[in-house]
Amino acid sequence: MTEADWPLFEVFIRSRSGLEHKHVGSLHAADARMAIEHARDVYTRRQEGVSMWVVRSADIIASDPEEADSLFEPARDKVYRHPTFYAIPDEVKNL
Amino acid sequence: MYTQGLDTHGKEPLPTAAEGEARAARFQGRIDAEEKIEPKDWMPEAYRQTLIRQISQHAHSEIVGMLPEGNWITRAPTLKRKAVLIAKVQDEGGHGMYLYSAAETLGIPRAQMLVQLLSGAAKYSSIFNYPTLTWADIGAIGWLVDGAAIMNQIPLCRCSYGPYARAMVRICKEESFHQRQGFEIMLTLSQGSHAQRAMAQDALNRWWWPSLMMFGPSDADSMHTGQSMRWKIKRFSNDELRQRFIDVTVPQAHFLGLTIPDDELHWDEATQHYRAGPIDWSEFYAVLKGNGPCNRERLEARRRAHEAGRWVREAAAAHAQRSQRAAPPVAGVAGVAGAAGAAA
Amino acid sequence: MILAATPAGADGQLQQAHSQYVLRLADTSLVLGQRLAEWIGHAPALEEDLALANVSLDLIGQARLLLTYAGELEGQGRDEDALAFLRDAPEFRNLALAEQPNGDFAHTIVRHWLIDAWQLEIYAGLERGVDTRLAAIAAKAIRETRYHYRFSSGWLVRLGDGTEESHERMQRALADLWRFTPELFTPDELDERMSAAGIAPSLAELAPRWSARVTEDVRLATLALPAAQPYPWHGKRGVHTEHLGYLLAEMQHLQRTYPGAHW
Repeated sequence: MTEADWPLFEVFIRSRSGLEHKHVGSLHAADARMAIEHARDVYTRRQEGVSMWVVRSADIIASDPEEADSLFEPARDKVYRHPTFYAIPDEVKNL
Repeated sequence: MYTQGLDTHGKEPLPTAAEGEARAARFQGRIDAEEKIEPKDWMPEAYRQTLIRQISQHAHSEIVGMLPEGNWITRAPTLKRKAVLIAKVQDEGGHGMYLYSAAETLGIPRAQMLVQLLSGAAKYSSIFNYPTLTWADIGAIGWLVDGAAIMNQIPLCRCSYGPYARAMVRICKEESFHQRQGFEIMLTLSQGSHAQRAMAQDALNRWWWPSLMMFGPSDADSMHTGQSMRWKIKRFSNDELRQRFIDVTVPQAHFLGLTIPDDELHWDEATQHYRAGPIDWSEFYAVLKGNGPCNRERLEARRRAHEAGRWVREAAAAHAQRSQRAAPPVAGVAGVAGAAGAAA
Repeated sequence: MILAATPAGADGQLQQAHSQYVLRLADTSLVLGQRLAEWIGHAPALEEDLALANVSLDLIGQARLLLTYAGELEGQGRDEDALAFLRDAPEFRNLALAEQPNGDFAHTIVRHWLIDAWQLEIYAGLERGVDTRLAAIAAKAIRETRYHYRFSSGWLVRLGDGTEESHERMQRALADLWRFTPELFTPDELDERMSAAGIAPSLAELAPRWSARVTEDVRLATLALPAAQPYPWHGKRGVHTEHLGYLLAEMQHLQRTYPGAHW
């Protein structure tokens, strides 16, 4: 019989001030304090971070790839959201 | 390589008709277009199973691979060498973790993979069933075993499965010091006393052939690489990678003043390659089947650690449950606002 | 400085005492680091292999800085490796607690936590001392030690207040190791000389803070402190338990087998 493992956590690291936290991987830990310690020991051995988040993997709500069409396709034809959509004569400056 | 068991063990599952040819074709189309497959994407069951087997074997190899080198941590000859060796063996543990994480995204819990390892059902690289008898073996492992591993792992950074590819990028980046430190040990020994030079040559004698076997059976005998290649899980054949390894390693041995233990080894002017003598595949299959010099010791060490650690893992889980009941967890230091802000 | 002749007279004596004192700190870090390294590949969970390796690396790093400095103060040209690999047990100056075997994870955690709490006080004191070299080493080491203490005290509570089995194991480990703790804060002549010179903190002043911390942690871990026992251990004066000889035999094996070889 498979022994139950400690819960899975996802690890996010800010590599330096000014940058966002980025997902780097996952690990197992019994509690939140241990999860932070494990994240530090596993994912920052080479000074990869200045700040860490750990989140229980079970608490992450993800979009369904099967819905990708209806979630993301509708934005495709809204090209007017991009500055390059508008034709402005070259001689007009500061726009 | 670290997953050489794949080439010889079990039957590679094939896509079934039930999954729909159109879907399978779309999937293959994404692979052909060099798109990455991510955990929640649809994938043929055979692709998933092949990856689980390959990634978990790779992870097991890292974990079992901690043992032969760990054998010399307490006896490293200088404090600097001791620190380097600890950091290296620690990296291997980290790499095992990255890989178990990647495999877990395919829906298999780590605990289950560990059970497969400890029961002897799962394979790991044959190379870690050889003993480390002298300090020179630590040099030879870094130089040859890590050298062979890098040869195999660099193409895996472009593997079609996103989490595996990302884990491999991280691993390759971290491993770049492993081979260099091994070569440096060999260099120091080869420039040392008579006894040290003999130690280095002896290590090369014992590790050369097992290192070549790390690449797995020759292409003629490796039945299952076709589908893995089409899925871009594997990008080069065993023999291609082995030849590449021989070509780069032979001159390094010459530089060290050491002799490769192969009477038939020669430079082939026509093809511009070194040609090695025949590999004793019976040894390879014996080790893979569990009859190598240290198979029993390696698995026993893992089992012992797992059993001895059980009460620790259970106690931590029990304590966590009790504290959670006593007091609901406080919001993390990062805070929700921080999360929202950073998500931009 | 490295090969400077030893000053004669009272100054020379103080410098030799100084060297011996630094050696005590160095050897405790070295021996404990060596012990923790024995765990790598055999820890209760993969994540703990990495954690223990990190702590071990910190301690060996501390030992290297301290041994180098002790060698310079001694003035006999001995570097970190000469001191680590070519001294026999009676010349080692570590706390006897540090050399105790790993035992089960409970023994490892209790031993480590007791020494972490000790190093927290010692390094904080050294940071304020007149020896700027030692203060700089202590300033680096105390950052590492704060993390070690976070790690070990966390496990102390988890295991003390975990399952019945873990509680029992922790209580047993505490009983086995507590008898080595009086050495931590009982000053001898060398300790007093160093604190009089402003180099080292006064152990008598640090002791109550260590006791308060340890007592509180033990309470959180739902464990009970054993009664005080008379102690025959004087690791810092070179009087060790039987375990150190084996640890050194293993650690020094290559240097002893191939004298003078370069590695």
